[in-house]
Amino acid sequence: MTGLSRDTVSGDLGLRIEEPLIFEQDSPGAVGVDWPEAEAGPDRLGGLARSGPIGLPSLAEPTVVRHYTRLSQKNYGIDTGLFPLGSCTMKHNPRLNERMARLPGFADVHPLQPESTVQGALTLCRELQRWLTVLTGMPGVALTPGAGAHGELCGMMAVRAALDAGGAANAARRRVLVPDSAHGTNPATAAALGFEVVSVPEDGRGRVDPDRFEALAGEGGVAAVMLTNPNTCGVFENDIRRIADAVHDAGGYFYCDGANFNAIVGRVRPGDLGVDAMHINLHKTFSTPHGGGGPGSGPVVFSEALAPFAPVPRIVEEDGVLRLEEANGRALGRMKAFHGQMGMFVRALAYMMSHGADGLRQVSGDAVLNANYLLRKLEDLYSAPFADSGPAMHEALFDDRSLRDTGVSTLDIAKAMIDEGLHPMTVYFPLVVHGAMLVEPTETETRASLDRFVAIMRGLADRAKAGAPLTEAPHHAPRRRLDETQAARKPVLRWRGAGEE
Amino acid sequence: MRYLPITSADRSEMLRAVGAPSVEALFADVPEDALLAEPVDLPHHAGEFEVERQLSRLAARNRAAGAGPFFCGAGSYRHHIPAAVDYLIQRGEFLTSYTPYQPEIAQGTLQYLFEFQTQVCLLTGMEVANASMYDGATAAAEAVTMANRVTRRSKAAVSGNLHPHYRDTAATLARFQGFALEAGPPMPAGGEDLASRIDGETSCVVVQYPDLFGNIADLSALAEAAHAKGALLVVVVTEIVALGALRPPGAMGADIVAAEGQSIGNAMGFGGPHLGLFAARARHMRQMPGRLCGETVDADGRRGYVLTLATREQHIRRERATSNICTNSGLCALAFTIHLTLLGETGLKRLAALNHAGAVSLADRLGGRVVTPAFFNEFAVRLDGDAAEAVERLAGEGILAGVPVSRLHPGAGLNDLLLVAVTETAEEEDLAALAEALA
Repeated sequence: MTGLSRDTVSGDLGLRIEEPLIFEQDSPGAVGVDWPEAEAGPDRLGGLARSGPIGLPSLAEPTVVRHYTRLSQKNYGIDTGLFPLGSCTMKHNPRLNERMARLPGFADVHPLQPESTVQGALTLCRELQRWLTVLTGMPGVALTPGAGAHGELCGMMAVRAALDAGGAANAARRRVLVPDSAHGTNPATAAALGFEVVSVPEDGRGRVDPDRFEALAGEGGVAAVMLTNPNTCGVFENDIRRIADAVHDAGGYFYCDGANFNAIVGRVRPGDLGVDAMHINLHKTFSTPHGGGGPGSGPVVFSEALAPFAPVPRIVEEDGVLRLEEANGRALGRMKAFHGQMGMFVRALAYMMSHGADGLRQVSGDAVLNANYLLRKLEDLYSAPFADSGPAMHEALFDDRSLRDTGVSTLDIAKAMIDEGLHPMTVYFPLVVHGAMLVEPTETETRASLDRFVAIMRGLADRAKAGAPLTEAPHHAPRRRLDETQAARKPVLRWRGAGEE
Repeated sequence: MRYLPITSADRSEMLRAVGAPSVEALFADVPEDALLAEPVDLPHHAGEFEVERQLSRLAARNRAAGAGPFFCGAGSYRHHIPAAVDYLIQRGEFLTSYTPYQPEIAQGTLQYLFEFQTQVCLLTGMEVANASMYDGATAAAEAVTMANRVTRRSKAAVSGNLHPHYRDTAATLARFQGFALEAGPPMPAGGEDLASRIDGETSCVVVQYPDLFGNIADLSALAEAAHAKGALLVVVVTEIVALGALRPPGAMGADIVAAEGQSIGNAMGFGGPHLGLFAARARHMRQMPGRLCGETVDADGRRGYVLTLATREQHIRRERATSNICTNSGLCALAFTIHLTLLGETGLKRLAALNHAGAVSLADRLGGRVVTPAFFNEFAVRLDGDAAEAVERLAGEGILAGVPVSRLHPGAGLNDLLLVAVTETAEEEDLAALAEALA
């Protein structure tokens, strides 16, 4: 071992340093924040003072900073490299936006301060609404939903509220048509609100079959369609007007999942396509950071028909002063506490202002060009089920048919990409494509970065076909493949000290 | 455009490789009349300095809390955030990473979520916690629907002293999901009899601790009453620092704790993003909403972490999921867990004690005006006139005196009540100034 081996004394490897849990670094007596002891005196806790230890570990600041720095080094971010997760729009997060959100006039402001002291914040919200209205061609904007799925919930509640306002005949409308290529949140949202989910099959070219759709819509009881456009197969639903007309003729509403708005921003307004409600993921199209899973922000834009049912609070203007309207008889209700994800609004508006109307057009153009470029550079080695269905939008969809005889799966390719210093693409989604690999490069990659991606993917396909054992990958990440079955069978969701049950 | 690296030379060569005459040609599937020929009617791109100038001007039109005495609370609190927190959460590997679906290169996120879940359990006295929700109000609403699933009932009894935004958020879900939500009237001095409102149809009782008016009450008897009727006790906490000083809900029989975690590590930010905390009993683990991080091993037998029990979630279960929720508040959870790690056992207890001592000091000065008998760092004060008018007047004098109850309970006849919160950021002079102003 020693001398000849690559093994190290510690087991750590260069910058790959094992890091124990904070609970395993407890050093009683250490402290990372200096607060004085409160002056002794009678308390007014009504006899409910905590007794005994909480069990929190004690660490000094150097230990804490090192802990989280080491943890960060086990993560891959957009700042690390290409992050081609389809349907997630992992684009560059400008640091200006972070600086703006931290201005004390935005960050150190209470949501229930007198309205007279927050006119700048309310103006910013109005300005964001104006940009969203112009970009989508839709007159109503609800800012409060906390993320995309929360926006879906809000939009579909507005649909229900509008139907219910239309009388008893509409109350029986429960069917929501959802293409089987949809994000999981679409059927989950519809079901959570008591709708019946009717699956619409994909037509073999990656789209909704308009004839089939019209037939399903004609069966009665339709409340809405939930459609993503551009869709998750990476193509534009070119029969979108027929779909919109069919659902409207059937007395229902058109909900559009706006997850893929980045492909059309600045070029196509969903309002011109017959959409009644659409959420916008500010953390996708408008670059607010994903932060390891949130926070997001999911404003919803509404057509004239649904705008009256938007949730409270709403921002209204009276005599040149902005205020928050907290109650409205037609409003669907309240989505969360306070007024929405203000910190994300600041970041998104900074992004919009930086790009402007011209830059946002370039965003969608370059995002779509980059995806088509990858599609054409890889389709000879990776089967692309809808490559002949028209231009790709901002995503390139591949599958594992071309790997069928190699024993290498989509998952293996994804894990091998990790060893190459890439983040994998979205895998096994959309569900309608077996072994799907959904690649979304976004517009913020250089051509060199795209070419590197192409070279690696081609090399991996070659290796797979040559019988390389990719099923073992990754070898060079902070961890090798993790046992998800064990995690689910015997869930360990928290640390416990020795002897604790 | 500084964020867009594709040059026009790149674009020409790439279009050639793609076989398209122009970028516009790639949008051929869009109905022709829906394709905009020109940029929309909005300003064109702007340099960093110009954007910074315009947004700074807007920010300057808001009164920042640090500009003078400040006493607002009611679900969002001003606490000091150590410099290390904001530095660490801005590391690009945290800030610009995605939900950890590829665990081999997301152990950083997963390990802090595991630590976060443990900290939330310790603070609340509960057995399991998830990886966070949008905010406290949505966590509370999800707690009610979870109680409905667990008990297979559909009626929630809600305290009148629950924050009205939380009540309304749950009521919105109730309206559209078709379950009953019965809220009592606000009782500023406490003493609400919730137990008598529980019957054999009740799925859960929802009570806030400390409540909207700052009251703290022993919930053990309420838990027993709920359990005797087969209902769950949902405890809502909007000021999580309180649990550094108070008996945790888990020790009083809570079945679910839904809390707002903003107070630790996160700025008020005009109300968002905040941080929903969600904790429960282990036996109800599989009915929980949201992401869960769990421990496992890798192919070499080394300890590691993954998102687990995903069969509850929308991306696997679709229309049979426990919730439609997808996003959590990852970065806010990171700020929370870093701040709490810095505080540790001693720091959190001292911080909580300072908050309480400040509130007691102010309450002593206000004497009989204080309506709330027992409290942590927030209480209701009865004024001689309209509290909203007083707040507006004092704002003109440079004091943000608190939240008028009428802002949250309009038309409830509580216009003379003011909610006052005292955190460690309030100095002796601030307390004196407010006491004098309200005298």
